[in-house]
Amino acid sequence: MSELIFDKSRSGRRCTAIPKCGLDEAAIPPEFKRSEKASLPEVAEVDLTRHYVNLSRKAYGVDNGFYPLGSCTMKYNPKVDEDAAELRGFNDIHPLQPSYTVQGALYAMDTLTKYLCEITGMDALTLQPAAGAHGEFTALSLIKAYLLDHGETKRDKLIVPDSAHGTNPASAAMCGFTVINVPSTPEGLVDIELLKNAVGDDTAALMLTNPNTAGKFDINIKEIADIIHGAGGLLYYDGANLNAVMGIVRPGDMGFDAVHLNLHKTFATPHGGGGPGSGPVGCKSILAPYLPGYTVKKDADGKFVFDRAEKTIGMMRSFYGNFLVCIKALSYIMTLGAEGIREAAENAVLNANYLMEKLKDTYDVPFKGTCMHEFVMCLEGLKKETGITASDVAKELIDMGIHPPTMYFPLIVHEALMLEPTETESRETLDNAVEALKKIYVMAHETPDILKAAPKTTPIGRPDETTAVRHPVLRA
Amino acid sequence: MLRGIGMTDIGDLFASIPDELKLKDKLDLPDPKTEFEVMDALSAAAEQNKIFKSCFRGAGAYRHFIPSVVKRLVSREEFVTAYTPYQAEMSQGVLQTIFEYQTTVCALTGMDVSNAGVYDGAQAAAEAVKMYKDKKRQKTVVSAAVRPMTLETIATYCNSAGTSLVVVPTKNGVTDIDALKAALDGDAASFYFEQPNYYGLVENAAEIIDAVHAAGAKAIMGCEPVSLALLKTPAEYGADAAVGEAQPLGMPLSFGGPYLGFMAVKTSDMRKLPGRIVGKTADDDGRDAYVLTLQAREQHIRREKASSSICSNEALCALTATIYCAALGKEGLCEVASQCHTKAVYAAEKICSVDGFKMKFDGFFFNEFVTTCPADTGAVMKALESKDILGGLPVKIDGEDCILWCVTEVNTAQEIELLKNVLEEAVK
Amino acid sequence: MSVERDLFYAETHEWVKYLDGGRALIGISDHAQEQMGDVAFINLCDEGEIISAGDEVGDIESIKAVSEIYSPVSGTVSKVNDELLEDPAALNSDPYGAWLLELEGVTENNSLMDADEYEKFIEEE
Repeated sequence: MSELIFDKSRSGRRCTAIPKCGLDEAAIPPEFKRSEKASLPEVAEVDLTRHYVNLSRKAYGVDNGFYPLGSCTMKYNPKVDEDAAELRGFNDIHPLQPSYTVQGALYAMDTLTKYLCEITGMDALTLQPAAGAHGEFTALSLIKAYLLDHGETKRDKLIVPDSAHGTNPASAAMCGFTVINVPSTPEGLVDIELLKNAVGDDTAALMLTNPNTAGKFDINIKEIADIIHGAGGLLYYDGANLNAVMGIVRPGDMGFDAVHLNLHKTFATPHGGGGPGSGPVGCKSILAPYLPGYTVKKDADGKFVFDRAEKTIGMMRSFYGNFLVCIKALSYIMTLGAEGIREAAENAVLNANYLMEKLKDTYDVPFKGTCMHEFVMCLEGLKKETGITASDVAKELIDMGIHPPTMYFPLIVHEALMLEPTETESRETLDNAVEALKKIYVMAHETPDILKAAPKTTPIGRPDETTAVRHPVLRA
Repeated sequence: MLRGIGMTDIGDLFASIPDELKLKDKLDLPDPKTEFEVMDALSAAAEQNKIFKSCFRGAGAYRHFIPSVVKRLVSREEFVTAYTPYQAEMSQGVLQTIFEYQTTVCALTGMDVSNAGVYDGAQAAAEAVKMYKDKKRQKTVVSAAVRPMTLETIATYCNSAGTSLVVVPTKNGVTDIDALKAALDGDAASFYFEQPNYYGLVENAAEIIDAVHAAGAKAIMGCEPVSLALLKTPAEYGADAAVGEAQPLGMPLSFGGPYLGFMAVKTSDMRKLPGRIVGKTADDDGRDAYVLTLQAREQHIRREKASSSICSNEALCALTATIYCAALGKEGLCEVASQCHTKAVYAAEKICSVDGFKMKFDGFFFNEFVTTCPADTGAVMKALESKDILGGLPVKIDGEDCILWCVTEVNTAQEIELLKNVLEEAVK
Repeated sequence: MSVERDLFYAETHEWVKYLDGGRALIGISDHAQEQMGDVAFINLCDEGEIISAGDEVGDIESIKAVSEIYSPVSGTVSKVNDELLEDPAALNSDPYGAWLLELEGVTENNSLMDADEYEKFIEEE
């Protein structure tokens, strides 16, 4: 039984009391008053606590076990970062306090901005976007503003490889761009010839994830950059996979003009079951005049103050970004330092290659050779042989205490499983996962029914998603 | 491990990256620090920030009391370190809390369907505006009495999409209905207004929504969630969509984020909603099961045809709001709202008892209000700061220097008395 | 998987059934519904819209995919199958009965496939 907190409500029960008002109540005029009180739960603190503690036991985080979810960079989230973000001096300050009363907050924003510019090779950066997709929309809005400001009104095409995350084309459409999909080569790279055909005087930009979702660094990146720049377009770097290359190569040096980062992936801030994250956008100086929101600078007295870019595109949201998430990322970068950042990338790539090497004789790995921080397995052959799908394998992994890899992505691989172990996993953890996946491969041939019936160890079995969509029940 | 994959040097792993692109030197970042050193440095930064004992500033971010149980439960590692609940079987905890969040938002707003949350209140407004644009109707109409950052966010979203935006002026601090009617032509997709509005005033929402519907457009009401415990709901007014900033529901001020935007609509617009939505279904054995649902609306399936690129739902903030509402409960949230209003009325009287301070507008307000200021607002703020009070926000209205005050349940009668005394001294 | 005899098919897997009076019904083939899986929701254009052959006239949402529908013929939308919109599962159980749109003023499209040609087409695809 999964009772809702609303089911546990009993009339008259209370949890938190607030101090007496001490003033005569000011009444709300009847014409402005709601007719009935909102039906919120009425529960005692002990019942409230047990309800959510028990729900937490039906959730699974990085702190529970291995989470090799491709393109999501589920690395361990250091606890010191949480403590830093809980400092009262960061929590109990109003965003509209005078800047001289929040010098510590502005210092933190300024420092993180500088660190992220250094890591990406960019000239300027905004911390305002709340998530990766929000960062994409922000960066594309910058590019659009730049193009329009330079009289480039006809550049309305955005080139996106077919291996891209779904957010890329969706963000492009939000900016009114028409998306041109460019197919990948069998090696999972951008097809240079097709790219050449796709560019023209209507090209606004190329959106690229490098390393891409096939786990490959696009070796032709310089040529790609030249093709796009040669046609008068700009290059946008989707930073989802930066964890593979930070400290080794920088988007700015590859030729990119704008980049978004996911602090909740690369910089170890926890995902929170779906946010809050943070998606800062860095750019080269040509785009800096259009940055949104508020940037930090020093005034003549050496005090930090807020500033707005000269031709700012405006606000992407309220205030300055997910500030506390930024504090966590700052704490993380301070802990790692220059060496640690590079080592993190090296170990992420090493772990991925180790895992791939151990699995490639069992499962089909369509993109050959060294991978970066993640790799893709294709289970189409297994499905034909045994009827076992990528999803069946994933569900059995759950019963073995491992969070499944990303399923059915990238779209260019059928029955795909995409694994990203990250740098924070030990060799033992990786060996254990290899063993589990090899065992499942045997089971697929010998006892497929067990896989079809998995998972068995979870609070529920496979849910009926069809009914959920056909007859939506979206609240109690 | 390196030898295990047939390599000798860690650099071999990066052979596919052209050498001329690789960094020649190490990054220009400080040396690694220990946990002790990091906390030391960041604590020093945090201490440079002034925490005011009393806060009379709101304007989009509000200081409320946060019960201990909220933070404790939200900090459970299983919630904090989980990813988006794609694997329903092992994520029932997260999925159920989102379902409870959606139920909470529907209870507060009276609307039929809520999504799982978006980035913040301003972005929720921009998403709602986007949701109602179609081939025939592309224009967005917004009241001038909305929070400036929300207006700016809507403007950015419209600019990027290449659609037009019209701002309807105010009259005595609220939306000018005649100007609104004039702005609502056949191109108008939606009208966005806030309740209470930026100046704290309660709008004539019934009249506004009638006018919007008469023009065939959709009415989007931006709501302050604590006030919803007492004030007429967007559903009662007949609004098509209710959005707002959920920060007052248990999230600290935290210098502007992370916050949480809520979005709720009528059933008929359910499939237009952007973002995650959790639904209830059953597993093979008939057990209750929660899943991410209606996913065909979303970017990972619809790609360039999706209504939005948003994926994350600020899940931990949604959990915070859900637990906060349950901790305060049905009666408690009403008490909080009632105290906010009662103390604001009291504060307005006290402030206006000081020579030269007058109410700028005469309409009904909830817990924010605007007064005139007989002295330089900067000097008044300095005087308040010296007594550990963050005063209201200085704003210019029609060229006049005014102050936008905010009072919540955490402000005491004694604090308000002190505020009055300092103001008296400051303008002497 | 079945292919209904007296219909004509597009390469994008829609069928058209010509009626008298220049009218026609359009729907999707059994093969198409099989590929989509459980249909959850159908978006269709409005009555009165003027359509050219090949125009997108809506899309079909299954649990984890969206498929666009293209009109195999030109004409004006005279009816939308509201009953089907209420019960989209009928598209899975009876794809040749569950028409999507009725068009009027239809110009026949000679480039469509007949049942035999379509059968061959999906075998080769």
